[in-house]
Amino acid sequence: MSSAGHPRSDPASRLPLQSSALPDRAARPEPGQRSRHWPVVSISIIVVFVLVALLAPLLSPADPYEQSLRLRFRPPVWDERGSWANPLGTDRLGRDMLSRILWGSRVSLAAGVVTVLIASAFGAAIGLVAGYYGGRVDATLMRVTDATLAFPVILLALILAVTVGPSFTNVVIAIAVILWARYARVIRGQVLTLMQLDFIAQARIAGAGAWRVITRHLLPNTLNTLVVLVTLQIGYVIIVEASLSFLGAGIPPPTPAWGSMIAEGRDVITIAWWVSFFPGLVILLVVLAFNLLGDWLRDTLDPRLRQL
Amino acid sequence: MSAVIDVRDLRTHIVTRWGTIKAVDGVSFALGEGETLGLVGESGSGKSMTCLSVVRLVPRPAARVVGGEVLLDGEDLMRKSDAEMQQIRGRKVAMILQDPMSSLNPVFSVGMQLREPLTMYHGLRGSAAAARAVELLAAVRIPSPAARLRAFPHQLSGGMRQRVVGAMAIAGPPRLLIADEPTTSLDLTIQAQYLGLLKELQQRHRFAMIFVTHNLGIVARTCDRVAVMYAGRIVETGPVRRLFTEPAHPYTRALLESIPRFGVRRARLTAIAGQPPDLATLGTGCAFAPRCPAAFDRCVEAPPETDVAPGHAARCWLHGA
Repeated sequence: MSSAGHPRSDPASRLPLQSSALPDRAARPEPGQRSRHWPVVSISIIVVFVLVALLAPLLSPADPYEQSLRLRFRPPVWDERGSWANPLGTDRLGRDMLSRILWGSRVSLAAGVVTVLIASAFGAAIGLVAGYYGGRVDATLMRVTDATLAFPVILLALILAVTVGPSFTNVVIAIAVILWARYARVIRGQVLTLMQLDFIAQARIAGAGAWRVITRHLLPNTLNTLVVLVTLQIGYVIIVEASLSFLGAGIPPPTPAWGSMIAEGRDVITIAWWVSFFPGLVILLVVLAFNLLGDWLRDTLDPRLRQL
Repeated sequence: MSAVIDVRDLRTHIVTRWGTIKAVDGVSFALGEGETLGLVGESGSGKSMTCLSVVRLVPRPAARVVGGEVLLDGEDLMRKSDAEMQQIRGRKVAMILQDPMSSLNPVFSVGMQLREPLTMYHGLRGSAAAARAVELLAAVRIPSPAARLRAFPHQLSGGMRQRVVGAMAIAGPPRLLIADEPTTSLDLTIQAQYLGLLKELQQRHRFAMIFVTHNLGIVARTCDRVAVMYAGRIVETGPVRRLFTEPAHPYTRALLESIPRFGVRRARLTAIAGQPPDLATLGTGCAFAPRCPAAFDRCVEAPPETDVAPGHAARCWLHGA
């Protein structure tokens, strides 16, 4: 005999099942629940480094440019040959590592933020236009995007460094000129999905023109993606900037930049590991912090997880 | 009474890889103030394309209105510039689409979305716009409208959202309201309420209404006249009552026979044999002929529109000369 025909036949076996299901569900973390807590660690790391960048002149114990050949390759303070005068040791020109890392945060963070802002603004605009107009406009813009994506950042930066000379501006230009294409691709894809939805049609039927539909309806609906992408890309740009500096196509010496500091320590890594290690460590920390923040934003801004 | 909307010989073609599709092939109808036309037909018969052609928002570049006139209060919309057309959409011709789940912008509150057309059409801002938005929500029977202004679309049910869309549609208020299957995705109980609401709004604002549906029951209840579409053409048009009691076209008859009726015992509902035609490979004759039980040799020619009775016309050789 099937129980389906007698729904009230055994209430005893159904009741405990229901009552046990409730606390069980409450105890289990809902998907995305953890992500609603602020990502304290990554935000504090970012805040600390932003403060460091702003206050570098006040925080640095020494002049990052001051050389002292007598003090070359001093190890960090906890080494028996180290001293509090140079807590993280010195590089091959006797410059204070800690001061250089603090000053270097200016270059790295500025490069990351400025580049990503330029690239995302331009890329998002291209993506919105391509997705909205479709057809030939879309095809043309997307072929340009594909071509851009196929072009290596490092190569462009090297060309720029060789022809116009390495500088902060050239690094930003070189990365932004390539990076926008990713935004264009992602945003265009989202716009294509949005264009299928009735509220876009409804807006056009209500008399909204291209500008209004793009700015009032499409852009606000892609902001989540944009914010997540921006955060994740800041970490990426910091790494690219470091790679360029490492290759000598980035920020020219003697300006302290994390990437070029790693490069300087490469030859002496067996005798003075700290010259490369500490800049590497801060790059790791900052990039990790931005990536964690990006992940958190993605989870939090996902409308399916967003609560009232 | 002069017509609010007078569509004459409207033709919309879609160019595809497989050939040109005549999605709307010489459609004509006229509607006066406060009148409702039910546009009925199977999927792909050109109902929605007709509506989009009227507001000139066919999906470009593939689709194109290639001919005909759409007179709104005597002015031909087909001759308007894009900028003029933008002024007409929403203000004079409003539209309600099928899916209430996606017809509101998910990232803005109901209030912000309602104020947008008010600012666009009437230049209302700030508290004046807010007050008018509350009036509109009240007009579509949304309880505690002032509180609802702050709600986001995902906090409202499908029926509520469709009411908000209705409120935005009457912000003009329009001369013509096109409702493209507005109740298809609503619960049955909500459907009846929503239809009642549309009738009520129509009585207040006296707009003409084109009601697209494939539900003949809704047509019987809400429309004054019906146009049955098949393969991009209106095959029969007439007053609701007459069309339901004395259908002239075999297709209309078949449609009516495929509705279950309360209290009438029948062994089986009659289905229309065969598939809707492929519009890309359509011949010159009557498009329904291959599925028509009454087809005869004349059907290889296209039948002209013939008056069966005053205000009741059909495209079928059974009634032709």
